[in-house]
Amino acid sequence: MKFGVVVFPGTWSDRDCGWVVDQVLGAHLQYLWHKDADLKGCDCIILPGGFAYGDYLRTGAIARFAPVMESIGEFADRGGLVWGICNGFQILCESGLLPGALIRNSSLEYRCEWTNLVVERADLPFTSQCDEREVLRVPISHGEGSYFADPATLSRLEQNGQVVFRYCDVEGRVRPNANPNGSLHNIAGIVNSRGNVLGMMPHPERCAEAELGGTDGLKLFRSVMHSAAEVLTA
Amino acid sequence: MIARIVVVPKPVVNDPQGVTVRQGLALLGFGEVTEVRVGKYIEVRLDTTSEREARERVDQMCSRLLANHVIEDYHFEIEHDHERRGATR
Repeated sequence: MKFGVVVFPGTWSDRDCGWVVDQVLGAHLQYLWHKDADLKGCDCIILPGGFAYGDYLRTGAIARFAPVMESIGEFADRGGLVWGICNGFQILCESGLLPGALIRNSSLEYRCEWTNLVVERADLPFTSQCDEREVLRVPISHGEGSYFADPATLSRLEQNGQVVFRYCDVEGRVRPNANPNGSLHNIAGIVNSRGNVLGMMPHPERCAEAELGGTDGLKLFRSVMHSAAEVLTA
Repeated sequence: MIARIVVVPKPVVNDPQGVTVRQGLALLGFGEVTEVRVGKYIEVRLDTTSEREARERVDQMCSRLLANHVIEDYHFEIEHDHERRGATR
């Protein structure tokens, strides 16, 4: 199982993701430089958090034109696993691999805090080790994480069950006061209709070891590892 | 040619910056302000003499990169460079 972690100029969570893959999960790690279109045989591509290309113009707007993104688009079309975290989610929306957009937090504040997420889909390669309706405690760190989509897109996402994570309270209730950024329908993460491209604003790589205050994020990494192993042995 | 492009959040998109600026204006006594939308202004200089061609190209630039159609609307004006120099003098 080989994870590819994409590095753009301005990416800041690449080493955190790499650490979890390499040191905590014990999987094979490959950093992928944005100018290199070769995905080097990776089984899952992670687009980590940060400020790719300084987030100039809009978050993710310039990053989507990087050579690596064209390969990632083709990889996703073939059913490859693509996982965008924070800035990676913003890049996936800009590139059209996921619908909608991430806009300025309704509070106008940069929010760096723990959130609770209810898992609405536990049948995905990214969440197979979670239980449905399980509440995960995962931190966020963003200024532009308010999920927006037009009403038709939003209702299609809901009907197709493409909302994977929603901000909730500790008991798993989806409440307005549990929403840290003004996202529509408390959306924290969505998947494409095929189920192989996930985008999420919270940072699972920052809660994969007890020393960091929580290990819920590790469940997602383990899920990917487990799913890939099943595919490989099938 | 010079294109003066204005990108604004769509009316349906929540614009917390605009709301906050409006509150600031109200505090300064501009109570007649009923709405503020904060967008961005982009100036693009083009090496072309055809206004029609410039208009087409700038429209493509807007739809492909400068504005995100999910959340933003745009409009622009095209001017000949000499008009601009005349105006700033």
